[in-house]
Amino acid sequence: MTTTEPELHPDSWHLLMLLDQAPGFAAISQALIELTDEGHPIAVTTADLKYSNGLVRFQEKHPERFLQFGISEQNMVSASAGLATTGLLPYTATFASFLALLCCEQIRTDVAYCNQPVRLIGHHAGISLGFYGTSHHATEDLAIMRSMANMTVIAPSDPAQFHAAIRATVNHPGPIYFRASRGRDPIIYEHGVDFQLGRAIAHGEGSDLMLIATGSSVHPTLAAAEQLREQGISVGVLDMHTVKPLDGDAVLAAARGAGRLMTVEEHNVLGGLGGAVAEVLTEEGVATKLHRHGIKDEYSLIGPPTHLYRHYELDAAGIAQVALRFLNA
Amino acid sequence: MSAAADDGELIARIKEKALFAREETVRLTGIAKTGHYASAFSCAEILATLYYGDIMRLKPGEPQWKQRDRFLFGKGHAAIALYPFLADYGFFDKSVLDEYTRLGNPLGDHPDMRKVPGIDFSSGSLGHALSAGLGMALGGRLNKIDYNVFVLLGDGEQHEGQVWEAALSAAHHRTGNLIAIVDRNEYSLDGKVDDVIGIEPVLDKWQAFGWNTIDIDGHDVPQVLRALRDATAASDGGKPTVIVAHTVKGKGIPYMETQFGWHLGYLHPSDEKAALAHLRSNA
Ligand SMILES: Cc1ncc(C[n+]2csc(CCOP(=O)(O)OP(=O)(O)O)c2C)c(N)n1
Ligand SMILES: [Mg+2]
Repeated sequence: MTTTEPELHPDSWHLLMLLDQAPGFAAISQALIELTDEGHPIAVTTADLKYSNGLVRFQEKHPERFLQFGISEQNMVSASAGLATTGLLPYTATFASFLALLCCEQIRTDVAYCNQPVRLIGHHAGISLGFYGTSHHATEDLAIMRSMANMTVIAPSDPAQFHAAIRATVNHPGPIYFRASRGRDPIIYEHGVDFQLGRAIAHGEGSDLMLIATGSSVHPTLAAAEQLREQGISVGVLDMHTVKPLDGDAVLAAARGAGRLMTVEEHNVLGGLGGAVAEVLTEEGVATKLHRHGIKDEYSLIGPPTHLYRHYELDAAGIAQVALRFLNA
Repeated sequence: MSAAADDGELIARIKEKALFAREETVRLTGIAKTGHYASAFSCAEILATLYYGDIMRLKPGEPQWKQRDRFLFGKGHAAIALYPFLADYGFFDKSVLDEYTRLGNPLGDHPDMRKVPGIDFSSGSLGHALSAGLGMALGGRLNKIDYNVFVLLGDGEQHEGQVWEAALSAAHHRTGNLIAIVDRNEYSLDGKVDDVIGIEPVLDKWQAFGWNTIDIDGHDVPQVLRALRDATAASDGGKPTVIVAHTVKGKGIPYMETQFGWHLGYLHPSDEKAALAHLRSNA
């Protein structure tokens, strides 16, 4: 039996091969293993998805600190809040759709309101679960999490940044929502990256256009910027890994330097990164043209993930097209 | 009623359709290049008995017929085994199957009632379906339409608290026309269900929640048929019924029966033929 050749098919899944296909998830487990080895009181909780999110690697190293809740996400979230009251630092992971939506009230009331230092990791966010459909998509999680008082919201863009973000925030006193994609984001920061909470990373400056992207959208946005530069357009990119608290200074500087701003996110254009940027601009009275690119307040079609990215113009070519239309509008 | 000798033809038809569901699962997963083979295989006889054992009242070509019995797929990730039946019933064109999971096709890994005629409720998030089925059963009572509501649940799905909220409510409301079937295939995603979070004694739990309980081998077609006939003999106003069907995850392909990683997998095209041969020889 040949079993599988998923490397031939970038859209395919196989339970036991997911691990090898997801360096982003390896980085998460690695960071948690290191922090545990260094003496931090880590506890990892998950809900029957340890292969999908790769946390089985953490379990192998620290089985006693790995807590399995089965398919009972709401139970897991409230239990994680309870764990946190005892001095433990829970990292609680499941599909973003179930974490941010199914467990919304447990998160608001038990985690955010009680201000417990629970780290929520919502993986396979956006439309990255492709033809699994809307039950498994999360295009609302940034908006939901951003609207909870006490909550910090981070969407790292590559494995190194995820690793750095987990490490850099280990002593953060309140709850954090980390947003992850399929763990397959291409490498952006080959030589590692310094992570500063609430501080965007600029990739070049643009006088025509600044693109502001978060999480899984950063890599294709950087590639789109390359394509636009080849056409003589002056464009820069902000990697806005922290969606809350938003780096307002970076947004304002971008608005002053460029004629136009465009946000890019694998999320509804309402309430997420685009909404957060718009809030900063209007509050400061900055009259810049802003285009919010993302999922336009609709439920996604089903299809293989890469086909969906093309359809919704969230791949590099699509983002460049949207930017050109915006610049020419 | 029992599955008598004169059920021979019916039983043969059900077995044939169960094989058809497995074969189609292999073919369609080949199109998607990933799929829940093992989850589909464990419930093939259950689905085939519901749809071809004169259990569900359905009208071919009329997916919205008001008096129809309803089916809800709690473990919606096995919908791939049901789509071929729905096409067979003329609810949509068979050619739609050939584009399974392709961009814009209505057939995804999980069933969608707004896109797929014959799907009575959308699912994918485990734990919701029994509550939705309860609503349909109560709706039948209020609308004075006599139909049964069948809900197929995973055994891992038993972890979800909402399942037990629904179980409690259904017993309270005495929706005797609500029938839950638990596909007790022993495995969820992270391994053996009872290692992940134990659910035994699961039959006693349902009983304690006020349900009639029936325990069967979910691959033994006469047993499945008898259980579903018994369950539908109960009527609204009485206790709801749960059938705990003991099954094998991956049933029909030896290596899928023994390696739980096949919850989610992809058969290389060169292995498809051998897989189909296994299914046929085990049918
Ligand atoms: C609320 C929710 N949590 C997690 C998942 C991810 N998930 C899909 S299938 C599965 C395992 C299901 O096991 P079981 O219910 O035993 O079904 P089987 O495939 O064995 O029939 C999980 C955890 C989901 N679909 N919904
Ligand atoms: Mg199971």
